[in-house]
Amino acid sequence: MKLALPITLAEPPSVALRRDQGFWLLVAVVLTLLPHLPDLPLWAGGLCALLVFWRGLRLWRGQDAPPRWLLLPLVFATAIGVRLTFGQLFGKTPGLVFLAVLLALKLLETRNMRDIRVVVLLCFFLQFGLFFNHQSLPFALLALLATLFSFGGQIALVDPASNGRERLRTGALLLAQGLPFMLVFFLLFPRAAMPLWGVPDDATAMTGLSDSMSPGTISEMILSDELAFTVEFTGARPPPRDRYWRGPVLSHFDGDSWRTAFRPTLDAPEYAPSGRRFDYRMTLEPNNQRWLPLLDYPAGGAPGVRFGHDFQAVTRHPVVSRTQYLFSAFPDTPVGVDELHWVLKQARQLPTYGNPKARALAAELQTDSAERTVGRIVDWLAAGDFAYTLKPPLMAEDGIDFFLFKSRKGFCEHFSAAFVFLARAAGVPARVVTGYQGGRVNPVSGLMTVRQSDAHAWAEVWFEGRGWTRVDPTALAAPQRIENGLEGAVSEGLPFMLRPQYAWLRGLRDQWEAVATRWDNAVVAYDGRRQRDLFESFGIDDFSPSPVLGALAIATALLMAVFYLWAQRRRDGGDELDRAWARFSARLGRMGLARAPAEGPLDYARRLAAARPREAEALTFICTRYARLRYRPPWSRDELSDLERALDALELKKEATLPP
Amino acid sequence: MAHTNIERLLNAAGEIILGKEHELRLALSCLLARGHLLIEDVPGTGKTTLSHALARLLGLQFQRIQFTSDLLPADIVGVSVFDRESAAFRFLPGPVFAQLILADEINRATPKTQSALLEAMEERQVTADGHTLPLPEPFFVIATQNPSYQIGTFPLPESQLDRFLMCIRLGYPSRDAERKLLQGEDRRELIAEVDAVISPDDLYDLQYAARELIVADRLIDYVQALLAATRQSAEFVTGLSPRAGMGLLAAARAWAMIAGRDHVLPEDVQRIFPHVAGHRLHLTSDGRMPGRDELTRLLQSVPLP
Repeated sequence: MKLALPITLAEPPSVALRRDQGFWLLVAVVLTLLPHLPDLPLWAGGLCALLVFWRGLRLWRGQDAPPRWLLLPLVFATAIGVRLTFGQLFGKTPGLVFLAVLLALKLLETRNMRDIRVVVLLCFFLQFGLFFNHQSLPFALLALLATLFSFGGQIALVDPASNGRERLRTGALLLAQGLPFMLVFFLLFPRAAMPLWGVPDDATAMTGLSDSMSPGTISEMILSDELAFTVEFTGARPPPRDRYWRGPVLSHFDGDSWRTAFRPTLDAPEYAPSGRRFDYRMTLEPNNQRWLPLLDYPAGGAPGVRFGHDFQAVTRHPVVSRTQYLFSAFPDTPVGVDELHWVLKQARQLPTYGNPKARALAAELQTDSAERTVGRIVDWLAAGDFAYTLKPPLMAEDGIDFFLFKSRKGFCEHFSAAFVFLARAAGVPARVVTGYQGGRVNPVSGLMTVRQSDAHAWAEVWFEGRGWTRVDPTALAAPQRIENGLEGAVSEGLPFMLRPQYAWLRGLRDQWEAVATRWDNAVVAYDGRRQRDLFESFGIDDFSPSPVLGALAIATALLMAVFYLWAQRRRDGGDELDRAWARFSARLGRMGLARAPAEGPLDYARRLAAARPREAEALTFICTRYARLRYRPPWSRDELSDLERALDALELKKEATLPP
Repeated sequence: MAHTNIERLLNAAGEIILGKEHELRLALSCLLARGHLLIEDVPGTGKTTLSHALARLLGLQFQRIQFTSDLLPADIVGVSVFDRESAAFRFLPGPVFAQLILADEINRATPKTQSALLEAMEERQVTADGHTLPLPEPFFVIATQNPSYQIGTFPLPESQLDRFLMCIRLGYPSRDAERKLLQGEDRRELIAEVDAVISPDDLYDLQYAARELIVADRLIDYVQALLAATRQSAEFVTGLSPRAGMGLLAAARAWAMIAGRDHVLPEDVQRIFPHVAGHRLHLTSDGRMPGRDELTRLLQSVPLP
């Protein structure tokens, strides 16, 4: 019934968050926080979820932001929580956690345009910060999605009349416009020697082989479906029976567990390579370990990689980011023909007591020829009706006796440990080698992927004149393990992805990994070296970061200036009268009297006159003159200069401007 | 000259209808823009008085048609009767043949009767028994309507609401105005006493002048932006039609002329916009006509070009 009252448009457009705008913002924040969840401590993740949910609920019910006094204690509590969890407030991880919670809090208190802009900016920053911890394709896609929705949220604020599809389309357009800039920066931005995000606290608890093995280590590991490494062969691929990826070599047995007795001394393995040769490039997933799983027998070297006399390769630093290595392998070559005395001594070591039955058996099987002795041990094991199982019974003391004579069920670690024990007890130098065996060829990318579930343990024995010879006792019980992998050898308790009924899932995974590998190789692995290579291919030999950085900065500044001027021109419509009017409004805007976008000149004049009665006459003159010129065209240059003179003569004193 | 006429008109009308200056200006701009006016309000708020007063002051023939549920089209248009002397049918024109018609409580009549009047409004002529008879010039209809929640009403369909250029509400008078009203004479007697302020020729001149007001390209841009906003907004079921857009501009011209300007400003459009657009839009949320809040928000969301 009050429609008849004249509507005034003096007050700026309502700042209250409309429901659909609020939900856009909410979606942007949720998408931004989601990929951060794995990095947040439980309390911080829970707090974020709670705060976002609360805001959503309030929005749903049409309520405004909760009272401000509630937020301050929450900020302090968060600061204290971060301090307690990380021992510091600043730094990469605590900083990101703090920011994530602050974003959720900011969303909660969002009331006006400024708050909303801060929320969107924070979203952008957190999307960027995500790459400190994750650079893989899924995270990059998630971050991209979050960016798209943040743009959408911003568009929802600027243009409330737009619908969801328009917002997404405009957001995608904005992203696409940024693409050339992104590419230029990606290619040209100088790379630090070490990636910013490769700070070694990222790979602390990862699965992988370690330098000791006790019963159950490997069978636990193979339940993990995680990728261990991918290999790209430059030539032919080795057949499955040659796919032994050598990891820690365990020579020392204390009656319970096996350990390395390892001293890295060589830059490259020392032997005369012969026979077939396989060249490959390996992309190792971060595992926080120092050893490299190399195809038997490794040859060649790499910076920062050293070898022991047992051909085990180690890196100087733990591998905490995805790393690529180039190596060769000679599977047929004889190694260790002239083995060092102390290496052989290690390979004969046994604890002084324990496992008496096994020792007795070894004595029984021993002959004067090492080859024959090993052959008899193998025969004995092959005849012994041993079962290969993922769930071996728990071992008591004298684990080898228990396995050999009682349970007769075991996993590769049991077989290899029992074999090496028997060989040593029978006087033949032997050692346990752990690593990976097998590897699936991804039919999409042609790359070979090796997972934690391919972890394996086998044995090597040393024969006079022949050197080290591989014996895989597991093959005696389950020959399929070597040819077909784990899923061929065991039917129960397999990791999810290895189960036969999920073959289609494996196909999907192949597809995905092919794409992800391409991403890793092209994007994540683009480092300073490859940048230099790129520049060299364009004939720029002395690529140095600082001039490029300077040129980039100048080019960016110039481009931004050009865009700014262009946008300014477009907004002004290129009309002097408009510019004069905009200047007038901007001057008054500094006193909080800016013209509302929908406010007409005469309405503005009335409001100004009421707010600043002293200057009312001049202000009204300018407004009415503008209204006349603008809406009663054409106007002459004289009339415009009249207006501009009035504008120049206008003196606005900074004083209390409340109407009397 | 034109403006003094308007001033006199408004002053005289203001004597009779107290405290409703804004509504009087709206009603007058509707008439000057050659549009029909719909007044929607509860009984007793001065709808009839307003239209009667306008008729008197403008010197127009006035006819009042009280719409009831048993009113027939012939009661409005007229009937042919057999004249014995000339031995032929003679058409007896109905009350629609007047210059200003007050269609009181139009939504009480059946749709058939409503449409008889509404056709006359659109065509400005009446067809009865095969004869087409032009209606007098100028021809205004001021219809009053009770809010549709009152019982015994046939709400006007959208297509017919569109025939009315503007829809205004009078509302209760302010405290002061009501006091004067209570103390003063009966309004009906006052109306009977006043003389016409301007002649029909003057009115024609004013209507003509209203069409000659200057409309800058920028203002057309603005009107288009407003129309686009009603069409794009998710808040309304459908946007404004091109006819509504023309009406918007015509009413804004008339409003600007009443304000004594020879050019139209965005403010003029904004003032009349709720009254031109309000009865043509429906909210998506509940199908209701938009109220002041929704229309204000719409106006605020469209920046001046």
